[in-house]
Amino acid sequence: MDALWILIALPLLGSLTLILFGKRFGEPAAGWFASALVVVPFLYALVMALRLFGGAEPETVLVFEWIPMIGANASLLWDPLSALMSLVVTGVGSLIHVYSVGYMHGDERYPRFFSYMNLFIASMMTLVLADNFALMFVGWELVGLSSYLLISFWFTKPSAAAAGKKAFVVNRIGDWGFLVALMLIFAAFGTLDFATVFGTAPEVIGVGMATAITLLLFVGATGKSAQIPLYVWLPDAMEGPTPVSALIHAATMVTAGVYMIARSAVLFEMAPTTQAVVATVGALTALLAATIAIGQRDIKRVLAYSTVSQLGYMIMAVGLTAFTAGIFHLMTHAFFKALLFLGAGSVIHAMANEQDMWKMGGLRKIMPLTFGTMAVAWLAISGVFPFSGFWSKDEILGAAFGRGGGYIVLWVIGVFTALLTAFYMTKLMLITFWGKGRWDEGVHPHESPYTMTVPLIVLAFFSAVAGFWNTPARLALEHFLEPAFGHVHQAHPPEGAALWTLALISLGVVAVGIVVAWRRYRVEELPVEEGGYWDAALAAYHVDDAYGKTIVLPGKKLATWSAMFFDLKVVDGIVNGLAVVTRAFGGSLRLLQTGWVRSYGAAIVAGSLGVVLWLLLQGGAF
Amino acid sequence: MTLTVGWYMGLAAVLFSIGAAGVLMRRNALVMFMSVELMLNSVNLTFIAAGKELGLVEGQVAALFVMVVAAAEVTVGLAILVAVFRRRATANVDALSELKG
Repeated sequence: MDALWILIALPLLGSLTLILFGKRFGEPAAGWFASALVVVPFLYALVMALRLFGGAEPETVLVFEWIPMIGANASLLWDPLSALMSLVVTGVGSLIHVYSVGYMHGDERYPRFFSYMNLFIASMMTLVLADNFALMFVGWELVGLSSYLLISFWFTKPSAAAAGKKAFVVNRIGDWGFLVALMLIFAAFGTLDFATVFGTAPEVIGVGMATAITLLLFVGATGKSAQIPLYVWLPDAMEGPTPVSALIHAATMVTAGVYMIARSAVLFEMAPTTQAVVATVGALTALLAATIAIGQRDIKRVLAYSTVSQLGYMIMAVGLTAFTAGIFHLMTHAFFKALLFLGAGSVIHAMANEQDMWKMGGLRKIMPLTFGTMAVAWLAISGVFPFSGFWSKDEILGAAFGRGGGYIVLWVIGVFTALLTAFYMTKLMLITFWGKGRWDEGVHPHESPYTMTVPLIVLAFFSAVAGFWNTPARLALEHFLEPAFGHVHQAHPPEGAALWTLALISLGVVAVGIVVAWRRYRVEELPVEEGGYWDAALAAYHVDDAYGKTIVLPGKKLATWSAMFFDLKVVDGIVNGLAVVTRAFGGSLRLLQTGWVRSYGAAIVAGSLGVVLWLLLQGGAF
Repeated sequence: MTLTVGWYMGLAAVLFSIGAAGVLMRRNALVMFMSVELMLNSVNLTFIAAGKELGLVEGQVAALFVMVVAAAEVTVGLAILVAVFRRRATANVDALSELKG
């Protein structure tokens, strides 16, 4: 148990080794080396998690003292919640590392890629294992950094460089909220230690303070987990290599906000206002992103908006105080969305880097493995019984219904979004894999190598069965997570007949979504989708333009004014003015320096005589 | 007429003034050195005279110190002078005014 730190240290070691000596490893040794340094922590986490299953107590391991005064030590917390997150991060991370060994084949900066990937794993593990807000913030910022490095990995492409910058800047806005929340927590509790803060929160702070803290924490979550209004960076993040999109921008990093809220469950439970805000933002994000996803043509952008939408579900869940449901969906989503991205990567790889679905088609027979595994993910994300997405999504929707009152509206939004989800995912599958090949000249699709297909198969397995961990009949995950959520009152789906009704409604709308999409896109000539809604959705409702006009442009103007006027005239003016005054003063004094030894001598003699005279006068000689 | 200590002091003052005038008025560095020696020795004279008058040994001690310092000063000074002379072929201090502001 004391060796928990290797979960962070091994990937970090891999990152440093590869950045220093990566060239000597070459290809594919660098990839296998990096993969091994994620697989080993995964196996270790698995052993440790099994102990928790076996009934071992959660524990905290102090690695070294950092800032003990504010309760911020390099101290790691191993409880069911962090164990589950560790398994997801290192497990999905391992598969994606292996996948990248094949996918990144031929890239000139191959070792560098794996160095960044390992850095990401180390950062994410820091975030997940931290037992205080300060260390969590360190991990929070480091995942932002690795995300930036990996989005702009192909930085010679201007769009990739811009996307990395955008992700970083937008995340900074969220980080501001997180940081201010930490200050408030410290002001209120005098420590950042999880155990103290969560243990004493009801006695130490009132509802007002809890609301302020949780709203600010939620600002942080909107940045990292891509919620309204800060979701705009995630679709652009697809400029990065596809394994990065799968690992960071679908399965793990973007769920950090959900994890952070679940971790702070005690605080969120105290603040009903925040709950309403969080749940509403989540639901609206889910709906908005789903409507955009329908109109996208780029396969990765469909998945990106789908990710934003699914994150909306998770955020809605934790907003409803259905923390287990949120974490459950986080886990199942990690499997099926990573699978979808890796499958999309496999397709893109086969299509010689073509990402426009309209130029694909008919790949079903050419890439049977990719098709088969992606089909599992398609059914899972759509929420088809008995695939994993059905269980986790229904638990969230059930919780919304179970809260009753105004939350029924959120349930309606959630159900409608489920319909849209089934629709756009079916559309994606049909356009990509069915119909006739609409490939460009010279494109020869082929199935991907085994390093890429084996991870797909593993993920497909989990996408299919992971849902059985937490079914209404057997709440195993809920029971497992109990030590982490302790006495927090969670929202639950209704029981009995209502539960069956809700499930049937969900399955009904999913069936509608799939059938409508099937009738529309299972045709020889795809429908023309132009004008009106389609143009607006393809442009993501011009939100980027609006942000550009209202925020970025004034910001740039302010920066230009600062640089071209304030800095040049005022700051430099003060500095140069001081220099001018000093120079003028020196210029008048330098005349005293004649350079003649004898004039200096005369000055010394005159001075001495003056002193002597003064002494004599003092002594009363005259 | 007895030779009181005042005479010694007077002589020392005269020697000191001659030395100071030499330092200020001569341009030849070598002569300036000699003038400095004159000033130092006039001070020695006051030390010795005052020591004898007051019956203290410190006057002689101070004079010995001054001699040592003077010897050191001449050594360094002459070395500088030789070095300057080699480069500039002059011992005229007014020609050495590079440090003019």
